[in-house]
Amino acid sequence: MIEVEDLTKAYGPVTAVDHVSFTVNPGEILGFLGPNGAGKTTTMRILTGYIPATSGTARISGFDVFEDSLEVRRHIGYLPEVPPVYPDMTVSSYLDFVLRIKNIPADKRRARLDDALEKTALGDKRNELIKRLSRGYKQRVGLAQALVHDPDVIILDEPTVGLDPKQIIEVRHLIKGLAGVHTIILSTHILPEVSMTCDRVVIINKGKVAAIDTPQNLTAQLKGGQKVHVDVAAPEKPLTDLLSKIPGAKQVEVSAHPGGHLTAIVESAPGQDIRSQIAAKIVESGWPLYELRGASLSLEDIFLQLTTDDAAHAAQPSN
Amino acid sequence: MRSVYAVYRKEMGHYFVSPVAYVVVAVFLIVAGVFFRLYTGLAIQQSMEMAMEGMGSNTDVPGEVLNAFFGLLSTLILFLAPMLTMGVYAEERKRGTMELLMTSPITELEIVVGKFLASLTLFAIMLLPTALYVSYMCFHSEPRPPWAVILTGYLGAMLLGASLLAIGSFISSLTESQLIAVVLSFGVILILWVLDFAVRGSDSVAGQVFQYISVIHHYDDFTHGVIDTSSLIYYVSVPILFLFLTVRSIDSIRWRRA
Repeated sequence: MIEVEDLTKAYGPVTAVDHVSFTVNPGEILGFLGPNGAGKTTTMRILTGYIPATSGTARISGFDVFEDSLEVRRHIGYLPEVPPVYPDMTVSSYLDFVLRIKNIPADKRRARLDDALEKTALGDKRNELIKRLSRGYKQRVGLAQALVHDPDVIILDEPTVGLDPKQIIEVRHLIKGLAGVHTIILSTHILPEVSMTCDRVVIINKGKVAAIDTPQNLTAQLKGGQKVHVDVAAPEKPLTDLLSKIPGAKQVEVSAHPGGHLTAIVESAPGQDIRSQIAAKIVESGWPLYELRGASLSLEDIFLQLTTDDAAHAAQPSN
Repeated sequence: MRSVYAVYRKEMGHYFVSPVAYVVVAVFLIVAGVFFRLYTGLAIQQSMEMAMEGMGSNTDVPGEVLNAFFGLLSTLILFLAPMLTMGVYAEERKRGTMELLMTSPITELEIVVGKFLASLTLFAIMLLPTALYVSYMCFHSEPRPPWAVILTGYLGAMLLGASLLAIGSFISSLTESQLIAVVLSFGVILILWVLDFAVRGSDSVAGQVFQYISVIHHYDDFTHGVIDTSSLIYYVSVPILFLFLTVRSIDSIRWRRA
């Protein structure tokens, strides 16, 4: 459905997208994961035909995004970072305008409009001026705009940004519901979002693809450094010694907690769960245990892991 | 064509909910009305004074009024046209809706033509009520002034408006700021305006060229009931040139950073 090959976008000396290649299969949800400034938006803008690439090709439904831009634009729906809405229009007149510029014939517009309003739960706001809507509703209007003409491919740039937790869950459900019929690319910098909604993930950093895989495989692959947070009221030295002696504990970091007790972060060897041992040891020594939890891997951890090898490789020859 | 209509429709809707359009049209109609009353009163008074001094009443009152009124129209258009076009592209760029238009199956030319036709329609709507003032005067004057002068006068005003709206739209497409757009448009139009005064009376080639470029020079013929082909060509070429430049300018957004 979408084939991206060696895509590069340079702004003068800055390379925003650096030889990115990936494919998206029909009906799939592909997540674009990366920190701000990684090149997610630029890649999406190239795919939608908004900006041209410096080199490389991208094809959507077999059409080149640069050569057959108009044809590509007929097949896509796109939600940019800021929902492209007209504040002075009502929700339904805005969506009607979108249908018109997407070349949807008059007899189909009504049904498409109602369908989009229903999917995005905007039915009761259809006659509301967009400027009177809250941030969350505006975002939904943006989403409705991207899917109202029933495109083959939907490209969503950070669709959940600025929404409250309840709305985020709703939007994720909505996106999951669209898969199968539509092929979807969405970008995000929130890790759980990817594992919850996407079939496959492209991790992008500094314009380069760091990894492409399913969320499950990536998480398994990244199980490397499991971390455990321990909050305990104990003297520092004995605690450090005790935790270091636990088999499988690689590194122990102890710091003072504002509540008067200590926080220890224990890093374990790959694939080992040492939480039960830590609990047993602490209880055994009679210190009051306040909290013990496995720290989930943050996006930074993933990047560190994915990019450390590259960095080390790159550093060696130059030294 | 359908896309042009979609853009046109949206723009018209936007004008009719925009306070800017209402204020501009209202100011235009009030100022035009006040001056029309003033000119009429002045011309009548002048003709009566002349009659009383025994010089005979051969002042063409409606003719004088029309002449002065169409002159005023051009000045008002100069001030107000940039305000009608300042937001046409600047606002779309600022709001990010340009990204929607440019990723939809619609060409830049369709966007530009749709927006231009909408601004021209609003301009015509703004001009239309002044025809009432003029008609009222004509029906009450004896002999009636020739309709041709009135028609060519309005044709001239529309053509002048089309040129200024096209220039204003082009400048609006260069920036994200409406304020910059309006100031810059006003400056450019004013320079094109005064070129005529600057070289008046000069017979040099440069003088003639400047005079031809001046946007107001060609307007005078129309207010006198004359349709000069060279003026007509001028007023058709300027909008086409600037609409073309606008298309290029929008397209260039794709190649810029941001």
